[in-house]
Amino acid sequence: MSIVTVQLGQCGNQIGFEVFDALYNDSHCPQGLCSKRENEVYQESCKERFFSEEENGVPVARAVLVDMEPKVINQTLSKAAQSGQWKYGQHSCFCQKQGSGNNWAYGYSVHGPRHEEPIMNLIQKEVEKCDCLSGFFIIMSMAGGTGSGLGAFITQNLQDQYSNALKMNQIIWPYGTGEVIVQNYNSILTLSHLYRSSDALLVHENDAVHKICAKLMNIKQISFRDINQVLAHQLGSVFQPTYSMEGSYHYRRNPLGDLMESLVPHPEFKMLGIRNIPQMCENSLAYSTFTWTGLLKHLRQMLISNSKMEEGINWQVRPPLSGLPPLGKVSLNRELHFNTSIANLVILRGKDVHSADLGGFKDPELYTSWLAPVNAFSAWKTQRAFRKYEKSAALVSNSQFLLKPLDTIVGKAWNMFASKAYIHQYTKFGIEEEDFLDSFTLLEQVVASYCNV
Amino acid sequence: MTQSVVVQGELQGRVGTLSLAADRPVPNGYSFSLLSLIAVGQCGNQIGCCFWDLALREHAAVNQKGIYDEAISSFFRNVDTRVVGDGGSISKGKICSLKARAVLIDMEEGVVNEILQGPLRDVFDNKQLITDISGSGNNWAVGHKVFGSLYQEQILEKLRKSAEHCDCLQCFFIIHSMGGGTGSGLGTFLLKVLEDEFPEVYRFVTSVYPSGEDDVITSPYNSILAMKELNEHADCVLPIDNQSLFDIISKIDLMVNSGKLGTTVKPKSLVTSSAEALKKQHQKPFDGMNNIVANLLLNLTSSARFEGSLNMDLNEISMNLVPFPQLHYLVSSLTPLYTLADVNIPTRRLDQMFSDAFSKDHQLIRADPKHSLYLACALMVRGNVQVSDLRRNIERLKPSLQFISWNQEGWKTSLCSVPPVGHSHSLLALANNTCVKPTFMELRERFMRLYKKKAHLHHYLQIEGMEESCFAEAVSSVSGLIEEYKQLDATLGTPVEDLPRLSVAV
Repeated sequence: MSIVTVQLGQCGNQIGFEVFDALYNDSHCPQGLCSKRENEVYQESCKERFFSEEENGVPVARAVLVDMEPKVINQTLSKAAQSGQWKYGQHSCFCQKQGSGNNWAYGYSVHGPRHEEPIMNLIQKEVEKCDCLSGFFIIMSMAGGTGSGLGAFITQNLQDQYSNALKMNQIIWPYGTGEVIVQNYNSILTLSHLYRSSDALLVHENDAVHKICAKLMNIKQISFRDINQVLAHQLGSVFQPTYSMEGSYHYRRNPLGDLMESLVPHPEFKMLGIRNIPQMCENSLAYSTFTWTGLLKHLRQMLISNSKMEEGINWQVRPPLSGLPPLGKVSLNRELHFNTSIANLVILRGKDVHSADLGGFKDPELYTSWLAPVNAFSAWKTQRAFRKYEKSAALVSNSQFLLKPLDTIVGKAWNMFASKAYIHQYTKFGIEEEDFLDSFTLLEQVVASYCNV
Repeated sequence: MTQSVVVQGELQGRVGTLSLAADRPVPNGYSFSLLSLIAVGQCGNQIGCCFWDLALREHAAVNQKGIYDEAISSFFRNVDTRVVGDGGSISKGKICSLKARAVLIDMEEGVVNEILQGPLRDVFDNKQLITDISGSGNNWAVGHKVFGSLYQEQILEKLRKSAEHCDCLQCFFIIHSMGGGTGSGLGTFLLKVLEDEFPEVYRFVTSVYPSGEDDVITSPYNSILAMKELNEHADCVLPIDNQSLFDIISKIDLMVNSGKLGTTVKPKSLVTSSAEALKKQHQKPFDGMNNIVANLLLNLTSSARFEGSLNMDLNEISMNLVPFPQLHYLVSSLTPLYTLADVNIPTRRLDQMFSDAFSKDHQLIRADPKHSLYLACALMVRGNVQVSDLRRNIERLKPSLQFISWNQEGWKTSLCSVPPVGHSHSLLALANNTCVKPTFMELRERFMRLYKKKAHLHHYLQIEGMEESCFAEAVSSVSGLIEEYKQLDATLGTPVEDLPRLSVAV
């Protein structure tokens, strides 16, 4: 089954490129550490998911590129063409000449309806190229205007037109400060709209990825490209093929469907995050060896202490002891200590993967009381190593991890909203105070729900 | 041979290193424009002249193949001069002859004639010019009321023509001075005309404010009358004052003449425009000053014209920096004002560029943003600077700056990969900050001194359509603005508290 990717706005297009590049390079990496035949099946499976083939043999990304200004799309297309290994379809882009100016309302209410038809046509053409559609992967930021506003509009349209296909939105959560001044407004509008139309929101926080670049990758002068590459690596570690059953060499056919089934048990909870281990620069990798026990022990502690990377894990955090009275509601004013999960998915890739013991993730203390660990935890595996890592693990979790950032964004937007600052920029394009209030209400509800799992 | 021809010759002749994706067809050609620049009055046209000179040099340095590309198209039309009449626009391919997307307006002929006889004459044609011979006599009313109604149709006609040539006009840029008659009066008249005719196109105004020792006696009248129009009809105003520009020029001079170790001003940098410019400044300080303003406009538009890892369109400026419609005055600073001799600038110097942008003596008006209240701040960076450099400097500088309670993280940033010619990097900081208030108060004071005595009032009142109420309304408009800034200032120092949130039933 195939996934159609929709890249929206500057951020979505820059990341989309890195994702396809990572996917392609991994599946053609000679160090797969597995049999030739297995490698071929893996490659074939990756191709079915993300690439279609043109007559001259160059794989073409199953993607639609959308932006409201031409610079980034032109750059993205030529970077892909220069790689010589894969490319974007000749008629898979839509761009205009004037951006959304960081205004969600402009992207959603002006660009959306105005360009609905050509964009949906492009998507349909891409869908028609798939033998079997698993769903859509929509890459966008929520800070700006095009990715966020137009992205919300397009997602809604996909929901209307392809109600059976799954929609997963890859959301780039802006830095806490310093990107776009109205980012908190744009974010709450995006999140509240996506909560109604998307099946799952896969969130990457710029601040967290930036730290990974600095601490784990040892990059001194960090560029957006570095950040996007780490992000693409994480996505690849989740979405590259894995076995459908223990011990079989058959690859899972419907990754999006399986992922949603495992991770989104209730529509009130659809915020997902990725952690991966190990993650390091290539130079250090050559001198490192890993055991599954060690990796999984760290990964588990990263989960429960809500650490986004291996460095600086708080080992003091422990699951609440059973038998003791429950601690009650998590207070947001207090530092959130234990990160309760709703559901987790661990993906293991590499040598001796069958020997890995995942018992630590099946502990009922990790999960909310209304879901048994057997339903809340799943694992995907493959012996095929990911990129240059002999062993690697990724964890996709639906947990309280985003509670704090979400609460902060809603709080900041609320403070600004109370002074009515910048509202005139939105009402100009048909987004009224009412719409803001609706968004606030919905997100306060989400915050409360995650708070009380 | 004129200079613009030389520049175009270079554009065509040199074997370029610029690589464009080879087999990609250009969709519709480039007839896309970011802005149309409207220079009004003597000061406006002098700055405009500088600007077009720099714009040509910048694009010549970046685009060495002589292909008419998107970046150039935002400032220039590509015209086949062999075609008679209007139809010669070429939307792709080789550069033939570039025409500035500009309209030059002056009510006397001097400066515009100079431009037409100078090296830039080929980038303008008469369809872009509007001149008169009588001048506005430093009288806002003459510019606004007399010439306004006299030239309204003609101006509109030329603006429509220039707008027709582009399929996506984002922004009008008006350059004018506040103290005289034409720029101040006719320039602000234009704002209203543009608002009615092109309501969707942004109106950015670069306004040169008179300094305290201005020799035009009626400049406070002209400025206050113009301020009312700016308050009501502009989307963004970048106030500049001559004194600050002069101080900056003196600083550069001092830097060069002191001969400090390793401090030589690069001859080819755009700030100083050419090797001789420095020497010339002693005779004609205005050249250097106009150059700074022209650079401001170049840097302001760079991220919309060129590639970068974090783009910033012009419409993002007002979206991010204007929280309330009236508070649209942005204080700007450009750093580094001079570039040091070595090319590989170590990190310490890069950080200095960020520090300088907030210091009092780098602002283009006399204002001290560091000791006033920020509503919002934009950092527009060019050159080899990455997001981690930006973040480090924001973190470093934040504690020394005061932001309004509801916008504690009021930063907007952009990264454009093309540096200004001759520099390795540069920064333009735009601040929506209450530090503009003293400029307005001082202006109002000088206005009131004249107005109380009714001095020179009759020169204005004899103009048709001009009544005394115009003065009262103008000063009350400015007072209203000052009052808004005062109220914001009053929140300085009060602790930031979170407001009670919506509560939901769980």
